[in-house]
Amino acid sequence: MAPVSGASGPIDLAELVAAAREGDRGAFDEIVRRTYVDTYTLAVRLTASEEDAQDVVQEAYLRAWKGIRRFRGEAQFSTWMYRITSNAAATQHGKRRRHRTVGLDEVADPVETEVALHPEMATENHELLARLAAALDELPPRLRSLVVLKDIYGLSHEAIAEELGISVTAAKVRLHRGRKRMRDLLYEEAERHADAV
Amino acid sequence: MPTQCEEIAALLPQVVDSDEPIDLPVRRHVESCLRCQAELARYRRMLRGLQLLRTQYLEPAPGLLAATLATITAAGERRAVTSVLTRRRLAYAGAVAGAVAAAGTTTVALVVARARRRTLPI
Repeated sequence: MAPVSGASGPIDLAELVAAAREGDRGAFDEIVRRTYVDTYTLAVRLTASEEDAQDVVQEAYLRAWKGIRRFRGEAQFSTWMYRITSNAAATQHGKRRRHRTVGLDEVADPVETEVALHPEMATENHELLARLAAALDELPPRLRSLVVLKDIYGLSHEAIAEELGISVTAAKVRLHRGRKRMRDLLYEEAERHADAV
Repeated sequence: MPTQCEEIAALLPQVVDSDEPIDLPVRRHVESCLRCQAELARYRRMLRGLQLLRTQYLEPAPGLLAATLATITAAGERRAVTSVLTRRRLAYAGAVAGAVAAAGTTTVALVVARARRRTLPI
């Protein structure tokens, strides 16, 4: 995939966003190319389903294209995109009333980036990250979205509450419950095993 | 687990990364209680791990990019067609309204003219 280049080198994301806000569809397509893996990763974390995540990604970029003129650049584009994606995932979850479980083989193997640069760190963290990802998938969607958006993507309680259509207090309560459930999923089995020995 | 440890364990998911200062009695207890220190360490380790997940990217299906761009194009085309249809509808409605107005004006003019002819002295 060839990067878009201007006279002074590759065009940065801010310039592409500015062009897209003026209606430049080519600029928006380039934004999609540069960011869709990140958006897809968030969508999988939120939905615990590759199939749903693909729908969420398409819906999120469609909403972004329709609303790009309203993006004022006060936040980073990535943060704005996370908010749209979480909103699209919430809509998708509403469509899927029935809770569905996902086989482990349905979720793609992660492509590690920063971790892969440090093999010793990768070895040390590999097991923890795999357990964390599995525990996240076990969470009920309403708790999972809070843990993903706050603890992985660093969104504020206020932003999360707005996108999910809940109060800030409700967001805090769900995060508290989500973390507690994650802790139980991660450590209780190990504690039971230790007690039994 | 002693009652106080249970109470503090229930607070830990909230205070582990809170910007607000932790209550002094809670802090003092954690500082002197190995069980609660271990529990706090678990939450901290969990949060560090979750932050590390941010650096992992999942590989999308090969067709996702093309499908996403096609979705946006299709939506744009639908919007353009809707816009053209809306403009045509407005044009038809305008033409019909104009015709009705013209017919009404003509009818009124004819009625007035006929009435004038009737009232003219012979």
